[in-house]
Amino acid sequence: MTAYLIRRTLFAVFVLWGAVTIVFLVLRLVPGDPAQLILGSDATQEEIAQLRDQMGLDRPLPVQYGKYLSDVVNLDFGDSYRYHRDAMDLVTERFPATVQLAVVATVIALLLGISLGVVAALRVNRLTDRLVSVFALLSQSMPSFWIGIVFILVFARQLHLLASGGKGGLDRMILPGITLALPFIAILIRLTRSGLLDVVHENYIQTARAKGLSERVVILRHAVRNALIPIVTVTGIEFGKLLGGAVIIETVFAWPGVGRLLIDSISARDYNVVQAAILMIAGGFVLINLVVDILYGYLDPRIRLGR
Amino acid sequence: MDHPLLSVQDLTVQFRTRAGTITAVDRVSFDLAEGETLAILGETGSGKSVTAQAVMGLVPRPAGQVTGGRIIYDGTDLLTRPPSEARRLNGTELAMVFQDPLSSLNPVLRVGAQIGELFRRRRGASRAEARRKAIELMDRVGIPAAARRVDDYPHQFSGGMRQRVMIAMALALQPRLLIADEPTTALDVTVQAQIMALLADLKAEHRMAMILISHDLGVVAGVADRAMLMYAGRVVETGELREVYETTAHPYTRGLMASIPELDGPRERLQPIPGAPPDLMRLPSGCPFRPRCAYATDICASQPPTLAAVPTRPDSHRAACHHAEEVLADVVAG
Ligand SMILES: Nc1ncnc2c1ncn2[C@@H]1O[C@H](COP(=O)(O)OP(=O)(O)OP(=O)(O)O)[C@@H](O)[C@H]1O
Ligand SMILES: [Mg+2]
Repeated sequence: MTAYLIRRTLFAVFVLWGAVTIVFLVLRLVPGDPAQLILGSDATQEEIAQLRDQMGLDRPLPVQYGKYLSDVVNLDFGDSYRYHRDAMDLVTERFPATVQLAVVATVIALLLGISLGVVAALRVNRLTDRLVSVFALLSQSMPSFWIGIVFILVFARQLHLLASGGKGGLDRMILPGITLALPFIAILIRLTRSGLLDVVHENYIQTARAKGLSERVVILRHAVRNALIPIVTVTGIEFGKLLGGAVIIETVFAWPGVGRLLIDSISARDYNVVQAAILMIAGGFVLINLVVDILYGYLDPRIRLGR
Repeated sequence: MDHPLLSVQDLTVQFRTRAGTITAVDRVSFDLAEGETLAILGETGSGKSVTAQAVMGLVPRPAGQVTGGRIIYDGTDLLTRPPSEARRLNGTELAMVFQDPLSSLNPVLRVGAQIGELFRRRRGASRAEARRKAIELMDRVGIPAAARRVDDYPHQFSGGMRQRVMIAMALALQPRLLIADEPTTALDVTVQAQIMALLADLKAEHRMAMILISHDLGVVAGVADRAMLMYAGRVVETGELREVYETTAHPYTRGLMASIPELDGPRERLQPIPGAPPDLMRLPSGCPFRPRCAYATDICASQPPTLAAVPTRPDSHRAACHHAEEVLADVVAG
């Protein structure tokens, strides 16, 4: 298990390095002058020259890269020109709100997705199964910003049941949480249903039945846990995507997270903040995958104990 | 005693597949007395496992279905009971050991938990009690250091030890009938002998009835009282093991006898039956074994043979072959 963890950690560091390097390359290698790009077309020559000097753009690329890497390691992304504050501080302030939203969405998705998937598998090819499938199809195919707007109109404006936006208590998280969760719910329904239908044909399920265990025990104790193994991986990946997907939902629901900061910063060309936000999201993604790998090992003893 | 422990009568099991419906078990009948061991023998696809599945109520649905017959256990027909009720006999009265012990054990549960859940869920035992009994059983079936290994997972055991775990599980609640479906096929030759010895031992100890399924007539020789040979879902020969082996009356049985590998004999004596096992979707008219049979004549194509008494032991030995007497004469002549 220790060797496995070390391997996974090294890999995580490698992925982060990759993300950092790509952000660097995108900003340096796109055609045109990065300083010009950052300052926009209405900047004066002096402003551009000053920024070029500040960014060290006249020095050779490897030197720039070295300086950039050491800045990143120190989490030094420079200041936001809009707020005149450290870019990373701005992002870290917003990060908990985004994580909170993603966690709520994940919990909703796991609860709904797995139970609906189990129900569909138990009633395979019957009406319940069909209805669940239609629900999954709809959740996946409707654009989330649209669902978000519909939710706001129906539940907040018309029914006054739930708050439509802004940060606050649990009730304010439900609408954006469900909206963000829907595509993930669809994936979980499919994965649980098909996983369970596969697992049910395994020999050890026959063994469980030969032991005279009730069908409920056979499914919940012997089948679901095996069917959940792939779900752990997907949950990790999807949680990472939720961090990114929050960008749109946060905008629709006026949720003050990293996503909304990212969008605002892109439109304001506040590139230092953009860099910091992207790295924060990438870092979160990598960290989650690491946690998932560990969980995966816990669920599947064949991996934990090494073959 | 007034009635056999298990009486299977005209059991028929069909599978609906994309290509059509096949009859995997075709009007199979046999009785099993308390404490008796029956060997069900036959080539691959002959319907041995499906017969066992039917007795355990494990025929995979919805593709498979018992379409006829009766399975009378201890006086009641299991097929007339709702499946959930019939299933309650599993584990307590009927138990089964499967061919591939690795895939038959749940990979994510500790072996102790898999053995122990019989005590916990069927007998309401506490966690500690179930664990203690699991260790006891593992010890009984010859797993070294049982107290330590009880918390291991199936993949940490060798093939032979896994099969011992399966056997411990099957024996946990002291069933009256144990079905072992090719319990040694997935194992090394030396381990095979150990597992067979263990089964014979346990059977004597618990006075269990046993159905021992195999495609290898050699494996069951020391253990079974009676033998039943299956081909294309039908019983083709049945009788006491000695009669069937020594006064064989069906060409198929004779062919299988010739293909028993002898450990000390020369290799070239091994003769598999010519031809391939039949396609259940396209069975020939008359006797299904006819295309592969050296004795086949016109009558074999026109009339399906039925089980009939073999003259040497008409009370117990029966074979379904139009040429049974010729086969018998050839076998006796050597
Ligand atoms: N789940 C299933 N779906 C469709 N057909 C099946 C299924 N299980 C068994 N069969 C068919 O039933 C027939 C009998 O199969 P069975 O497993 O009883 O054979 P067997 O005698 O146990 O052979 P083996 O020695 O290979 O285990 C075969 O033709 C097989 O293809
Ligand atoms: Mg079989």
